[in-house]
Amino acid sequence: MSITLPALTSGASESFKVSGKYSAPVRRPIEPVGRSFLAHAARTLRGHTWSDYEKLQAEKNVKVVEENPDDDIGDEDQDEELLSHDPREWKTADLYAVLGLSKLRHRATEDQIRRAHRKQVLKHHPDKKSASGGLEQDGFFKIIQKAYEIMLDSSKRAQFDSVDSHADVLPPTPKTEYDFFEAWGPVFESEARFSKKQPVPLLGTMDSTKEEVDKFYTFWGKFDSWKTFEFKDEDVPDDTANRDHKRYVERKNIANRKKLKQEDNKRVIDLVERAYSEDPRIKKFKEDAKKEKERKKWEREAGSRQAAEEAAAKKAAEEAAAKKAAEEASLLKQDSKKAKEAAKAAKKKQKRAIRGSVKEVGYFGEEAKSADIEADLELLVEKLNETQLATVSAKVTNASADAVKSSFTDVISELANEGKVDRSYFKYFK
Amino acid sequence: MSTVLGISFGNTSSSIALSTKDGKVDVIANPDGDRAIPSVLSYVGEDEYHGAQAKSQLIRNPKNTIVNFRDFVGKKYDEVDISASKLGSPAIKSANGSISYEIQRGSTTESLTVEEVTKRHFKKLKEAAEDYTGKKVEGVVIAVPTNYTEEQKAELSKVLDASGLKSLQVINEPSAALLAHLSAKEDRSLEDKVYVVADFGGIRSDVAVIAVRGGIMTILSTSHKLGLGGDKLDDVLAEYFAKEFEKKYKANPRNNARSLAKLKSESIVVKKTLSNVQTSTCSIESLAEGIDFHTSINRLRYEVTARQVLSEMSSFLEEAVKKSGLETIDIDEVLLVGGTSHTPKLAADISFIFPETTVVTSPALDSKALNPSELIARGAALQASLIEGFDESEIKESLQPIVVNTQHLVKPIGIKDSEGNFVTLLHAETAFPIKKTLEVTNGDSDAVSVELFEGERTVKETVIEPEQDSDDSEDEEEEPEIKRTAVYVSGNKLAELALKDLKPNAKLEIIINISNDGVLNISARELKQGSVAVKGQVSSSS
Ligand SMILES: Nc1ncnc2c1ncn2[C@@H]1O[C@H](COP(=O)(O)OP(=O)(O)OP(=O)(O)O)[C@@H](O)[C@H]1O
Ligand SMILES: [Mg+2]
Repeated sequence: MSITLPALTSGASESFKVSGKYSAPVRRPIEPVGRSFLAHAARTLRGHTWSDYEKLQAEKNVKVVEENPDDDIGDEDQDEELLSHDPREWKTADLYAVLGLSKLRHRATEDQIRRAHRKQVLKHHPDKKSASGGLEQDGFFKIIQKAYEIMLDSSKRAQFDSVDSHADVLPPTPKTEYDFFEAWGPVFESEARFSKKQPVPLLGTMDSTKEEVDKFYTFWGKFDSWKTFEFKDEDVPDDTANRDHKRYVERKNIANRKKLKQEDNKRVIDLVERAYSEDPRIKKFKEDAKKEKERKKWEREAGSRQAAEEAAAKKAAEEAAAKKAAEEASLLKQDSKKAKEAAKAAKKKQKRAIRGSVKEVGYFGEEAKSADIEADLELLVEKLNETQLATVSAKVTNASADAVKSSFTDVISELANEGKVDRSYFKYFK
Repeated sequence: MSTVLGISFGNTSSSIALSTKDGKVDVIANPDGDRAIPSVLSYVGEDEYHGAQAKSQLIRNPKNTIVNFRDFVGKKYDEVDISASKLGSPAIKSANGSISYEIQRGSTTESLTVEEVTKRHFKKLKEAAEDYTGKKVEGVVIAVPTNYTEEQKAELSKVLDASGLKSLQVINEPSAALLAHLSAKEDRSLEDKVYVVADFGGIRSDVAVIAVRGGIMTILSTSHKLGLGGDKLDDVLAEYFAKEFEKKYKANPRNNARSLAKLKSESIVVKKTLSNVQTSTCSIESLAEGIDFHTSINRLRYEVTARQVLSEMSSFLEEAVKKSGLETIDIDEVLLVGGTSHTPKLAADISFIFPETTVVTSPALDSKALNPSELIARGAALQASLIEGFDESEIKESLQPIVVNTQHLVKPIGIKDSEGNFVTLLHAETAFPIKKTLEVTNGDSDAVSVELFEGERTVKETVIEPEQDSDDSEDEEEEPEIKRTAVYVSGNKLAELALKDLKPNAKLEIIINISNDGVLNISARELKQGSVAVKGQVSSSS
């Protein structure tokens, strides 16, 4: 069943009338497989020679479905100064910026360089400029082609990278305030790419171990760079007439390269030394080492110190004990002194009671013999011990004459029997 | 039989295929009889094992068995997720940052770069093909995922050349699969359709949305999910068996690597069996503590166990369609690719995402569908036979941006019929140049107009009343279903042609073509001797 067209509305006189444009198409890659594709390819290529410009045009604004983080590669714009750079002086142009790679620089891969170059060609091709009515200016295009040539030749690229000061990361200004790691980390990261030996140990962090830090400074102390300075050469005249001059320039170039290389080596050494002197980890390690030394020493002396301590403790304990003993002794002494005094007093009292007892009883009625009696009692009290004194004195106090007399007679006999006194010494109590 | 080979090179398995004289394609079995040849190499003493024999070494000799290396080719160690190698020999970082493996051979340790491993794998594939045909392989077309980088493709071509297989062309996997599908039936490639090619493999899933216009394929979007694939299904099944074993014997089979490898290996077999039949046995000798394990599982139990993973797969597909800026109602056909696409439940889940009008092609739903494990190799073989006659420079020329990067229509272009409906002549995403012819009629009018429009997409919603007299319709009111369809209506008018003095019900022919540089030519005429065509040009806004 075929489709029926609508009847022509009256009034339409022309047989064809355009009323609009169809939406702008989008460029996409088609899948290069199958018969239909091969027919398409044959049609596209048959009898057709495409200019480079057309070919590059076909790579522009293509909608790709796989995310490619590199899609904007080479998209940056060059500034006026660069665009009007004298192509004869191309060596002094920033060749990465020329290709729109001023951010990536030495990190750009070959593929990225190719892609960026394609974009610059599309943007700056003289065909395009003259087509859009611009001046016939192909100076910058020449620099683009030169930059591309250098960047795809690995040894020439290395020569350019050696002197690419735009890529340098400068060390922090001395005597300003900065974080050591934030300021120096990128400096070494940047210098690292010139090392012949890879991988290169990087600065690390405050938490890096001493081994890591030591490894870092040892490596950088012996830094061996592949930097080379041909790019700074003065152009050698290709004028064969003046051989001497040519040779002179060549020699001068070689000498100059050597000089620049030495200067650069010195520069790296200075960087490393400065970083070392500012490195908070080095300070920390030194302090740590000092503390460690002290600790070791302290440990080493621990034995004798313990003995001394023990001796001191012992001495102190002994002293304390001695002091306590002395105190106790003195206390005891005081006590006995009092007792003695008391005893003495008691003796005195008892002696007085004994002596006084005979006077109380009127010397047994024999007052005339009172001197003899007193002399005998004197002798007696001297011989009586404490107990006897107490007993005798008690017996004779307030006692009758007879009781007093017999008490004395008894105790004298007792003493004489014990052999403590000689009876003959007594005059009254014989 | 052709002497150029199509290769599908997967992380899990590889296939090789050849075109036959009558335009058919044979997928070749290797000497072990496998068509899905495991991409595995294993070293035992002096011996090298490949394919299924190597894969079985994962149980006894995992450290010397290299698996899942395809995605690593041409990549640096730091750029990839090396966990894919963990079941076998671990990928290690070489001094220059590239990826390699360390293999014990006798008393010496051999270090193999991932490229060397790939080369050895290709040599085995080459031997298998030459063993089968008795002829030398002259060249190959190999298929890789769409996110293989240019560097990876270049590296892969180098490795192919080094293994003695001349690389003719590296193509995209979904395009190869779709080419095989389109070529399987005459005229299928002439139908303008939007396809979703969904590839569920072993350790990754990939989706590409591809427009086919006049036989030309254009990828509209791609999505990748690494880590989602058949391996995950094996793992859930292995865990299911481990639990059962543990419950029965109070022994844990997860404690040692060998028991785990045995579980995994048997789970793969069980999983594949359940794609074909309703129940499968599972037997593992000496699974743990010397105990043999014999059990069985049915498909339903498996599907319940694997539900989480299977639904991850179908939601990934759904997301991928969204990413292309289209809706499921804009998709004409879903082509299921990859080993895991054999899973009946996956195919069923996917067909539920799409409206009934979307065809889902999978052997689980259509017995005539091609084997999803073989589609990519078949497509590569077809492409190989198509370019066999060209020389290297001709192929290279055809792949230039000037050929490949073409302008595409953003909106469809069509005409209005007598009822005011928009009739599509050229679909959106049609690549230039293009030519299309349509036969129409004037009905009983003696003069008609051919009005050329751009189509605008609208969504038509039709309410489908729920069936009233179903037995189980309880008190809960069933939601009326709303069916959505994408319908194009006339939008921006481009041009109008007038055809006059026609006899009733005449045959009219409309020819539209857009040249490489975007000039649209339209002409209309009555199909009779001596008729003069009315024609005109339309251009694009820029
Ligand atoms: N009949 C089947 N039923 C279910 N799963 C299957 C079947 N056949 C193969 N598989 C599974 O398919 C997966 C392998 O699929 P395929 O060969 O497409 O992967 P690949 O492309 O090699 O790997 P990747 O996608 O990881 O790179 C494995 O997990 C395998 O177990
Ligand atoms: Mg795959």
